[in-house]
Amino acid sequence: MDAVFKALADPSRRTLLDELRKENGQTLSELCEHLETTRQAVTKHLVLLEKASLIAVVWRGREKLHYLNPMPLHEIYERWIGKYERHRLQALSDLKKGLESARHTARRIRRGGQKKTKPKKAKHVLRRTRDRRSLK
Amino acid sequence: MKKDQFVYVTYIRTTPEKLWRALIEPEFTRKFWCNTTQESEWKPGASWKIVAPDGMLTDSGEVLEIEPHRRLVLKWRNEFRPELKAEGYSRLTYQLDKEGKSVKLIVIHETEKEGSKFIRAVSTGWPHILASLKSLLETGESLEETREWPREACK
Repeated sequence: MDAVFKALADPSRRTLLDELRKENGQTLSELCEHLETTRQAVTKHLVLLEKASLIAVVWRGREKLHYLNPMPLHEIYERWIGKYERHRLQALSDLKKGLESARHTARRIRRGGQKKTKPKKAKHVLRRTRDRRSLK
Repeated sequence: MKKDQFVYVTYIRTTPEKLWRALIEPEFTRKFWCNTTQESEWKPGASWKIVAPDGMLTDSGEVLEIEPHRRLVLKWRNEFRPELKAEGYSRLTYQLDKEGKSVKLIVIHETEKEGSKFIRAVSTGWPHILASLKSLLETGESLEETREWPREACK
């Protein structure tokens, strides 16, 4: 697990993981486009990510393709986040997302000279979030 | 082939030769892969299929790349669930890397389709089958739940 945390402790390596999350199976050249650094530096980052098993590297012809391996992060998640907390955290995260998009809408409405509707919207989002959770 | 994929990495205390045989030879696959067998001439371009113990064809495709004890790439389509068959071919890669006294096995199953039902289906089956393969090679016994057909892990 030390290797995983060490690998995650660097913003460039997290960027590489984010890019693989968006599109899995990229080559070294494709990954280099996302970082403003040398090819050698990216190669070093990838080696560390591979050692931590955060990525799996497979050969495709003469190219190496890099894939995100979700297992080590899943193990961290399993270790520190219990199954009851999971639902509560998901609900809170949904609420935050819902409220923030509602606030965005409210601001737009305000700009149009209309009444503030935020608390009402928040209540609405909360209800919607709760309904959605209970459906699962 | 970069849209939807299943990625799995596992380390198994065995040799690349034994793991290779376990992945393709009937006497092994029957034990950890729901009593199914695979048929192929195991050379590039050869047809490939998985057959259930009752003779039903469950999956079929073609050998795309083969490098014994090292890597195997298959074109793969489900044949017995119409909604999965309709998605067409996927691509399966096994890569075996010797690491010390173990072998690192990478399994990547991917398709160009986004929101693939097939990838969702195999994502629940593969971990069970691969865990059973690891148990079989390390202890001589596969996981009981993966020995019979039909089982959830093999659907």
